[in-house]
Amino acid sequence: MLQIPAWKRVLIWAACALGLILALPNGFYDRVERSNDAEARIEAGFVTDENTADAGLWPSYLPSSLVNLGLDLRGGAHLLAEVKLEEVYETRLEGFWPELRDALRPERDTIGTIRLQPSSGNELRVRISQPENMARAMEVARGLANPVQSLTGALENDIEVTSDGTDLIVSLSEAERQATDQRTMAQTLEIVRRRIDEAGTREPTIQRQGADRVLIQVPGIGSAQEVKELIGKPALLTFQPVVTRTENGETNPGPGNEILPSIDGFSAFYVLERTPVVTGEDLVNAQPSFDQNGRPAVDFRFNTSGARKFGDYTAENVGSPFAIVLDGEVISAPVIQTAIRGGSGQITGDFDVVESTNLSILLRAGSLPAGLEFLEERTIGPDLGQDSIDAGTIACIVAFAAILVFMALSYGLFGIFANIALIINVGLIFGLLSLVGATLTLPGIAGIVLTIGMAVDANVLVFERIREELKTAKGPARAIDLGYEKALSAIVDANITTFITALILYAMGSGPVRGFAITLGLGIITSVFTAIFVTRVMVVMWFERKRPKTIEV
Amino acid sequence: MRLRLVPKQTSIDFFAKWKLWLGISALLMVVAFASFLFQGLNFGIDFRGGTTIRTESTQPVDVAAYREALAALELGDVAISEVFDPTFGPDQNVAQIRIQAQEGGEAVSPAVINDVADALAAVDPGLKLPFPSVESVGPKVSGELIQTAALAVVLAIGAVLIYIWLRFEWQFALGAVAALVHDVILTIGIFSELQIKFDLAIIAALLTIVGYSLNDTVVVFDRVRENLRKYKKKPLNEVLNISINETLSRTMMTSVTTLLALISLFVLGGDVIRGFVFAMIWGVIVGTYSSIFVASAILLFLGVKRDWSKKDPSAGTRFGDIDA
Repeated sequence: MLQIPAWKRVLIWAACALGLILALPNGFYDRVERSNDAEARIEAGFVTDENTADAGLWPSYLPSSLVNLGLDLRGGAHLLAEVKLEEVYETRLEGFWPELRDALRPERDTIGTIRLQPSSGNELRVRISQPENMARAMEVARGLANPVQSLTGALENDIEVTSDGTDLIVSLSEAERQATDQRTMAQTLEIVRRRIDEAGTREPTIQRQGADRVLIQVPGIGSAQEVKELIGKPALLTFQPVVTRTENGETNPGPGNEILPSIDGFSAFYVLERTPVVTGEDLVNAQPSFDQNGRPAVDFRFNTSGARKFGDYTAENVGSPFAIVLDGEVISAPVIQTAIRGGSGQITGDFDVVESTNLSILLRAGSLPAGLEFLEERTIGPDLGQDSIDAGTIACIVAFAAILVFMALSYGLFGIFANIALIINVGLIFGLLSLVGATLTLPGIAGIVLTIGMAVDANVLVFERIREELKTAKGPARAIDLGYEKALSAIVDANITTFITALILYAMGSGPVRGFAITLGLGIITSVFTAIFVTRVMVVMWFERKRPKTIEV
Repeated sequence: MRLRLVPKQTSIDFFAKWKLWLGISALLMVVAFASFLFQGLNFGIDFRGGTTIRTESTQPVDVAAYREALAALELGDVAISEVFDPTFGPDQNVAQIRIQAQEGGEAVSPAVINDVADALAAVDPGLKLPFPSVESVGPKVSGELIQTAALAVVLAIGAVLIYIWLRFEWQFALGAVAALVHDVILTIGIFSELQIKFDLAIIAALLTIVGYSLNDTVVVFDRVRENLRKYKKKPLNEVLNISINETLSRTMMTSVTTLLALISLFVLGGDVIRGFVFAMIWGVIVGTYSSIFVASAILLFLGVKRDWSKKDPSAGTRFGDIDA
């Protein structure tokens, strides 16, 4: 009859306790946040008294994950940008022209004069004066093709050569365009991330969306405009001679020198000569590769003038380090092994494959590879966010109080059981939200309030059923048992259907809608759990102790 | 002494005039749809592109002065409305300015926002800058958003149709979905009739209404299924009546608690989500009504195969042996 094995009881209460402990940090939001921030700074190498004191604000043996506050609650900027991928095709083809010209020149006897025609985005048109020898011209152009790996894994040429009367047409192949798109997106994301990290805001979100879009969310920034300025700033890449390396950021660099931090944290600083040897403008290409020992490295290539300057400098300075600096941070400071003539070189260092890939992206990147078109921009001021939090909190408390009173009045002692379960339920929601690192938005708060309202439903179903069973069943124990048993199918069906809609909302929605779906979905899970397990354990424990002959629900 | 919303024993005849109720619901749906067709929804920028700026000033908002100041900028269609809310302080005067989508696919140019700020600051010295919120959606995205939203609603209804069909019978599924469509159309109708701003959050509200209405319908249907097995000889309308009367107390309790929560959010939750909460309050009321007068009435209209419990005695109690 009314029996729940001891291990199940322990399990149920343990689950509740775990959820509540996970939720606990949210009750001391500011304190935990300060402590977490301080710990992150200490991790990064900033050990100061202030940081240690802040880190101690929250004991390390307690969980410290918090529910993230969405932009509408914390304030900040949200932007959706589309990357103009075609611009890169154009630049690629423009860059191809000199190479094509040089290849065709020796053939002038057969193909006649060659002239570049004004052409649209994805093709390069070259008019030749002796079109009867077009076949030869096409052969020469095809000879310039490089193999690229297509999506299917087969090797294809990066360019396609066709002809149109007197015109030789060179365009990028499908495989090359896809490869270019991937590269462009990777570069864009990397640059955007770096730019925004410089602003030092908390937990920005930079995500690729679909084929050509980037979602950027920056909490705590004044306006979307600031974000756009940050992103749009051209990147400055320089190669500078290293004077010395130091741990102390306050070192006086001396005249003509400057002191710059290392990119990999706050631990190292470099004193550099202010005048660069070469700048990123002279860099033609950079690619991840491996050195002769098989360790990840980055290959790079300069244009002619860059190659000369770099060659002269390295010849004079074998054995001393030079620094590769991007936007005022030292990416790496390798030691010159030999004079680097011919304009290409290799950066080796303590990289793994991911780092060498990122570095090559950054080197290649300079500034954004393609323009961004901003499709969506939202700025929420921090005051409005705080107002929303305040209003939402008050509304939650009032809603909560009203329901507690209402349930107690309607179901007496059973109502109080349900109320305790409801309080646990809200705790569990916050615990789960913290655990999965979900983001709480304004509609999310509405979702919680709605869950509070609906969480009662499962209990009401059971209690009403117990009332009915009391009229017919043989005694209170049997009635309680039957009440739970018979209400179960309704509870499960009703909540599964709601859960389905929450899932679809999550899958289809974006931003605030998704935040709502998360709280609603988690709320359904916790409210079913509390209604069929937690209240039941409470009812059973009460019943075992009191053994009432009659009960009133 | 217990608070009871519904007397201990009720025997209200819900189906004496079921055709009338269905007729009224159908009529309401036609009215809602006509309002949607002729008046149209007051789409927010999420769905039609454009920019909304929320302004805050220590001085009372002079909408006419704002309008005049902005007319000089030639931004096209500009709508200005003052926002009132009990949660605002005495010197918190808030207005909402909506500017139509400008030329091109981009969201908004910073120059426009700066122009607006300058123009408004000239007529309202108490204006708080930067604006508390500026939201801008380009026409390219807004088209996609509306498609995704419509797809989400259709998918949700479809998924539910399949679930109920699997768990019950096809007549139940049709009844439940008819109730859902009824609720969605009436909600869209009231938004078009009252010209409340319809944005992305309202889609979330619509789907929640779908969820809530279903919750209610499924509870009634669950009892109908049980009673169909219990009273094998009784005519369908009596079985439906018994089932609805038996679950009436629960229906009212749940609706009232949910409404308590929603109303406190409506009054105290601030103006930013008021439209959203309004949709849900309306949905709870309509959803409760529809599970009795639409879903069950359709079930009565379609009839139910009565001997289905014999073939599959475990149907519907599949979860019944889960123990706590």
